[in-house]
Amino acid sequence: MQDANNKVRNAMSLEFLSLPENVGLARITVASFAAQEEMTLNDLEEIKVAVSEAVSNCILHGYNSSVEGLIKIKATLYTNKLIIEVKDEGKGIPDINLALQPAYSTNPERMGLGFVFMNSFMDKVIVHSKLNKGTTVIMEKKLKTTKQDSKHDRNIDNVKIR
Amino acid sequence: MVKETYIYGDTILVKLLGELDLKVADDFRNQLETLLDNNPGKGMILDFYNVGFIDSSGLGVLLGRYKRLKTEGRNLSIIEVQPQVKRILELSGLVNLIPVNDITYQG
Repeated sequence: MQDANNKVRNAMSLEFLSLPENVGLARITVASFAAQEEMTLNDLEEIKVAVSEAVSNCILHGYNSSVEGLIKIKATLYTNKLIIEVKDEGKGIPDINLALQPAYSTNPERMGLGFVFMNSFMDKVIVHSKLNKGTTVIMEKKLKTTKQDSKHDRNIDNVKIR
Repeated sequence: MVKETYIYGDTILVKLLGELDLKVADDFRNQLETLLDNNPGKGMILDFYNVGFIDSSGLGVLLGRYKRLKTEGRNLSIIEVQPQVKRILELSGLVNLIPVNDITYQG
């Protein structure tokens, strides 16, 4: 059973090797998917940064920068929210609460801001992690539009260039 | 990534290009370190006009160079920042360490 707010309107998934060059691919793909909604440029920028941080974490921490791993992204558009799931099957986070603290970093060249940005830019962030099994980050962005189905609004009178 | 470099008196002006993320972080860091090594005593200005994106990987490189320059008594500043990049610099708190000037719509 689905209530009106839970209706899936669109979905995508993407799978790629844990290579730094794929961070850009991931954020641009998810932002393009999200851009089908009427979002502000700010919203899209925020989504890009959040995805970039989540995928960078998978590469740097989940897989220790080895290219052996796969990263999976699922994005689902509901009536009033966008859910983005970023998943690795890497080494997992030993202490999630510690990892979530601002400025916590295992590397002095980094700022420990990955989760801070995810939390600031998305409305909800949930982290599931199991040692040696992997980590999944689920991020939710609320949509400001209240339209039930944007497809019905696409007639010639309100075509907008975005 | 570093696109062009100019030396004016005691300043290294570095024009950057692209998106400062994990993909370019190592090269970006090495390029700046080489410039700093080759120009001892000089301060550094980073021109962000052509930088459209930054995340914590790029910020880490900036923070690392700030720390080095500060220890050596040299200045670091950022100019011509796009609004979306400025927001990230502000949120990270980096603007409290490194002077940042907005974009001036250069021709």
